[in-house]
Amino acid sequence: MELLAFGKTGWGDELFIATLMTIAVSITAMIIGFFFALIFTPLKLSKNKIFNFIGNSYTTVIRGVPELLVIYLLFFGGTGAVMYVASIFGYNEYIEINAFITGAFAIGIISGAYSTEVFRGAIQSIDKGQFEAAKTLGLNKFGQFFKIILPQTLRLAIPNLSNVWQITLKDTSLISVTGLVEIMRQSYIAAGSTRDPLFFYSFAAVLYLLLTFLSMKIINKLELKYSKGY
Amino acid sequence: MDLELMINSLPKLLSAALITLKLLSVSLIIGLFIGLLFAILRLNKNIFVNKFAYGYSYVFRGTPLLVQIFIIYFGLGQIEYLRSTFLWVILKEPYWCAIIAFALNTGAYTSEILRSAFQTIKPGIIEAGKSLGISNKIIFYKIQIPIAIRQSLPAYGNEIILMMKGTSLASTVTIMDLTGVAKYIISTTFKPIEVFIVAGSIYLFMTFIIHNVIKFLEKKYSFN
Repeated sequence: MELLAFGKTGWGDELFIATLMTIAVSITAMIIGFFFALIFTPLKLSKNKIFNFIGNSYTTVIRGVPELLVIYLLFFGGTGAVMYVASIFGYNEYIEINAFITGAFAIGIISGAYSTEVFRGAIQSIDKGQFEAAKTLGLNKFGQFFKIILPQTLRLAIPNLSNVWQITLKDTSLISVTGLVEIMRQSYIAAGSTRDPLFFYSFAAVLYLLLTFLSMKIINKLELKYSKGY
Repeated sequence: MDLELMINSLPKLLSAALITLKLLSVSLIIGLFIGLLFAILRLNKNIFVNKFAYGYSYVFRGTPLLVQIFIIYFGLGQIEYLRSTFLWVILKEPYWCAIIAFALNTGAYTSEILRSAFQTIKPGIIEAGKSLGISNKIIFYKIQIPIAIRQSLPAYGNEIILMMKGTSLASTVTIMDLTGVAKYIISTTFKPIEVFIVAGSIYLFMTFIIHNVIKFLEKKYSFN
């Protein structure tokens, strides 16, 4: 227990901050994933063959390649890519990208592929009549999507999105390889300096369990909220 | 694009892919037995047995695979008692630690898949077996298990692919699997995109094969 004390003597406060970091990275990654899903879901549903191909390639490649490999690609390649873009605009100095941004972006790309699949499935399972009804109401395209289709999509998507959230939360443990101090990295540091890996990794497991448990509780409430009237 | 590097790294990556496949197949076989055992325990009416099996699958599905590998590889070695037993021969090898972690992890998911498959078997089928005078044991082995396996094929196919991606974590405990070798080449050449394309294609190819084998099995054993 002494090992978990707050302050200078223990690792309690460090692990607490690391847990907050894990939550922050997961939420950021999830939001980045939603942006990817917003771009790629229409592409996957599009009738245009080229768009369709782009959308399918994204989800197939990301879901077929290990997360760790994607993280290595961004970790080692991210700086180069940003510097290349910057050099086009005439900025030639070394740019170091923050580990948080690289990590959240890498996990975001992965989570986006899963979210895209979820949204595609949800939209496809909405009855065709709903689209037609929205049209007959005289709503413009914007109104059709945001007032009629999206609320129904959300209801169908939330149970599956909760799976995506769990995957995203667990995937953030992998960005510890980039040096971002989240639960896994902090446990690694603590285990190294106290020579007690069994305790700290088990404690990390407990923290992750706590996070998945709490998020399930919150998601169940959301599910109830969005399934009103059904 | 450095085509020469891509061609030169291909043989190294391909031989590393064999290690990935070895890790995958050994842990899947062990995991399948663990999964079947725990699925049966979950169906047990004894509340302690039931809760134990549920706890196992909850813990292993609720924590990252990386934590599980680290606990087994770095953590268990710390227990003095274990070092003196024969288990130490296994636990000091990163290869076996990775396999134990993968097998326990996939076992947890497999037990959930099989459990839901057992629960969707129509009671009528079991009753039909009983009315034919078949013993409970034979009903279980010859009727329930084959139906459950067929039911769970699509979900199990996904699990195999997830597990194949999971084996990449073996590289964090010094095993040179496909991801490990890819990382090594990236960090010595600083050409991440080229290496990613080659290693990624190998992974995608394996995913493609697994996907099609499962599809073939689904068709072969379909009920209609």
